[in-house]
Amino acid sequence: MSFPTQSCVASGRCIIEPAPSSDLRQSLTRKSTVRPIEFLFAKLCQLAAWSSLAILCLLVSVVAWKAVGYLDWQFLTSFDSQRPERSGIWAGLIGSSWMIFLTFLAAIPIGVGAAVYLEEYARDRWIVRFIRINISNLAGVPSIVYGILGLTVFVRMFDMFAREGIVARLQGEQISALVLAGIEIPLPFGKTLVAGALTMSLLILPVIIVATQEALRAIPPSLRHASLALGATRWQTIRYQVIPAAVPGIMTSIILSISRAIGETAPLIVVGAVGFARFAPGGIGSAQDLVKNPAGLLQAPFDKYTVMPVQIFNWVGQAQGEFQSVAAAGILVLLGLLLLLNGIAITIRNRYQKKLSW
Amino acid sequence: MAHSFTNLMNDRAAADRARGGGADSLSDPVTGDATARPIKIETRKMDFFYGTTQALFDINVQIPAKSVTALIGPSGCGKSTFLRTLNRMNDIVEGARHTGEILLEGINIDGPEIDVVALRKRIGMVFQKSTPFPKSIFENVAFGPRLTGIRDRRELDEIVTNCLKRAALWDEVKHRMSDSAMALSGGQQQRLCIARALATNPDVLLMDEPASALDPASTARIEDLIFELKANYTIIIVTHNMQQAARVSDTTAFFYQGHLVEMGDTQQLFTKPQEKHTEDYITGRFG
Repeated sequence: MSFPTQSCVASGRCIIEPAPSSDLRQSLTRKSTVRPIEFLFAKLCQLAAWSSLAILCLLVSVVAWKAVGYLDWQFLTSFDSQRPERSGIWAGLIGSSWMIFLTFLAAIPIGVGAAVYLEEYARDRWIVRFIRINISNLAGVPSIVYGILGLTVFVRMFDMFAREGIVARLQGEQISALVLAGIEIPLPFGKTLVAGALTMSLLILPVIIVATQEALRAIPPSLRHASLALGATRWQTIRYQVIPAAVPGIMTSIILSISRAIGETAPLIVVGAVGFARFAPGGIGSAQDLVKNPAGLLQAPFDKYTVMPVQIFNWVGQAQGEFQSVAAAGILVLLGLLLLLNGIAITIRNRYQKKLSW
Repeated sequence: MAHSFTNLMNDRAAADRARGGGADSLSDPVTGDATARPIKIETRKMDFFYGTTQALFDINVQIPAKSVTALIGPSGCGKSTFLRTLNRMNDIVEGARHTGEILLEGINIDGPEIDVVALRKRIGMVFQKSTPFPKSIFENVAFGPRLTGIRDRRELDEIVTNCLKRAALWDEVKHRMSDSAMALSGGQQQRLCIARALATNPDVLLMDEPASALDPASTARIEDLIFELKANYTIIIVTHNMQQAARVSDTTAFFYQGHLVEMGDTQQLFTKPQEKHTEDYITGRFG
């Protein structure tokens, strides 16, 4: 690159000589038709990307192949059975739905609340930094550890209600249940849905908190300032401006944790999900049951339960070979439910994103 | 040097004529005594600190009501900080504090009995970067009134229409009130923010470089708007643009390195600055 300089302007000779055209042609001509490294690198990256899809396809097709003849309406709507051809996943479907519902009922308010506190209210003190680091670390704790935690805290409640427990000593008699508006709440919770769901919500809380924090951090401070300058209180700013703008991010955290919550097996086995179940929680196994006894809906959280992955785990462990096919059918139903729930969450998120239109 | 002063004031005269307010607006705020108006806001011996760094030194200012006061000065001179102390937006900055008094019509706004939320409703603010909420045009303007508990749709409609008209935006948006405010142009967004600030029924408007991110045509519209609004509002505007200060303001205050160097009638300050620093700044020797 040569531009006319002061001296060349002064001398009046400002013509820039073009390079001889033969040189130019030669320098532009490509040396070979392919550049091996470029080609190889691109192909390797492509292979890496496609291999994950290929493995997924392989897995699903192997499972589907095995499930042929077992995945049918009867399988979806029947309770479990000793005989593989009469086994069904209905108890697991209902149990998993309850589990997801109760888990998020507990985890969303606590998770979003914690994130709002950490991002919007907390000052940058050492204790706050300590909490932040802890939450990030908790996301990496193995799920079985949460199972043991849940067993101590929710299933046994530190043996507070045991015969020699602290409550018995203070009250003078052992308390084993609390009856509230006709609902019998066992104390300690024991191997009930609510104990499982609370354990599961501990497991997904770090994911929700961290992702919600990210979402809150992504909202420009100018939005908050504009709201405060209009005379909005802190709470009004958070309620009407910050949280609505963070909904897509919160939904993403929920999508991530649904996948985790629906597939977790180990902690639920520890906290007592039943492997072989011929019942639905609260006795609500069909629409007729619901009409007959609507109060069962409130009793269900304090009932025994099973979930799909635990059922599948149980089937896989059966000696009879046909149960492997039953397990395969269960896996397909589990994947189906997962896709369905994620689809719903993604739809909600997209609708909110459109409404926000940054 | 004298040439550039004349230019500035010619600018202003031209702008006044364009608005059809030539003689009137020239005679009163420019040649008349600005301090003859009642004082809206006054600061006494205000020192301002960010942590241990002092940002403002002994600021004594009297801002006349229903007029435009421009704050000028190089970047980092403290004029935006000063502006934000007036509606206590610095409260949300960690480590920010000040000494001395800030009086709104004689009432100390830092007094323990003062509700900062009520104060900010009385003192509206418009930011440098337009900050529409990611909601509809209607909801943006209605946000303030809703906060005060107005639920009646007809009442809200009336307020929103009224404020959009006063912000000279109504004709452009009246057919698309439910569209997202983010779809408006930069200049329209800024006027929407002004309408939104007017909706809480303030009597003071603080503007932090409201036109610095806008094209010349949008800037002219904002300046016209400021000129119209000063009949009913006390306006304090931070600006980097000297021509703008000369065009729109009645009083100008020059800040330099945290000190209030000079404050006075805009025409006098631009034509006969008392301080050497002021003269150097407005003639472009530094800043």
